[in-house]
Amino acid sequence: MRIELNGQHKELAGPATVAQLLLTLGLERAPCAVEVNAKLVRKALHQTHPLAEGDRVEVVTLVGGG
Amino acid sequence: MLEAANAEYLMTTHQPTINARTAPLSPALPPLRIGSFTLNSRLVVGTGKYRDYATMQAAIEASGADCVTVAVRRERLVDAEGRSILDFLPLERLTILPNTAGCFTADDAVRVSRLGREILEQLGNPGAGWVKLEVLGDRTTLLPDPVGTLEACKELVKDGFTVLCYSSDDPIIAARLRDAGAASVMPAGSPIGSGRGIANPAAIRMVIDRLKLAEQGGSAEYPVIVDAGVGTASDIVHAMELGADGVLLNTGIAHAQDPVRMAHAMRLALDAGWHTARAGRIPRKLYANASSPWEGVITHIPGE
Repeated sequence: MRIELNGQHKELAGPATVAQLLLTLGLERAPCAVEVNAKLVRKALHQTHPLAEGDRVEVVTLVGGG
Repeated sequence: MLEAANAEYLMTTHQPTINARTAPLSPALPPLRIGSFTLNSRLVVGTGKYRDYATMQAAIEASGADCVTVAVRRERLVDAEGRSILDFLPLERLTILPNTAGCFTADDAVRVSRLGREILEQLGNPGAGWVKLEVLGDRTTLLPDPVGTLEACKELVKDGFTVLCYSSDDPIIAARLRDAGAASVMPAGSPIGSGRGIANPAAIRMVIDRLKLAEQGGSAEYPVIVDAGVGTASDIVHAMELGADGVLLNTGIAHAQDPVRMAHAMRLALDAGWHTARAGRIPRKLYANASSPWEGVITHIPGE
């Protein structure tokens, strides 16, 4: 299954939830937020939110800024 | 006009006269209230552009700030082991203020605000409740897009955010943002990172008057924070003399040759400006006014 992750194409082995994607990325414990198709997916829903072919996923964190 | 630093809102918040014999060297300023948030320092500092995290930490400490801004950006997936800024911020004592820097549309600013809130909720930081809203016009000026800012402000207020609006130094849009529910309006002294200080003091003064003077429909309690353009400590003094409640800056500290010392200077400047504004400066005059008495002079005075 192909998704777009942070602006890059990403091939997933099979069906996955947001939580599984974060696990694959090693970010399961990182303070981050996830958007799927420009809509926030709250942390409480990561386990149950399935990703679909062509989804645009953003995984963001906090960085230095003014 | 600009000289009349003893305007109503300054006098109404006038502190009792300081007893020079008993007062500490720098009496503590009253806390800054923004919506339901209370900050002990009126200086809010950014966390961007530091050469390293250790310098950032030391500069924040030296600034005395208890609120710092951060930005929301893509997680670096190639280098997920990279150090996070969150490991270098004392989250237990700092309120994090997430910004929407880099947003050029209201929709993007709303998205980014929600993402920032999501992360701060996970961290249990009180900053989850608020946002520094920036909707910018273009990359060259980084000046606020007033239409987009107003639109995003309304949406975020509806969504329960305490919204601090980065704005241009225009009293009309400032009042519109306030009316849309912004908890604070933050006019730009000059463009972000420009270090040009208060480019148009009269405009900043008009923004402050519009939002704080009762006769202009304002309230002395409404917080106005000058944000952006501060290049040096005297810019902060200037902003505070004009009646600002606080100042937000990043580059002026982060890119100083000695950021920690500059942070310390900025802290002192904020205190100096606060007290100056309330002390009531003398009017400017074209000609001199002798400090020593004329009576009893033993000299020849030209023309007399």
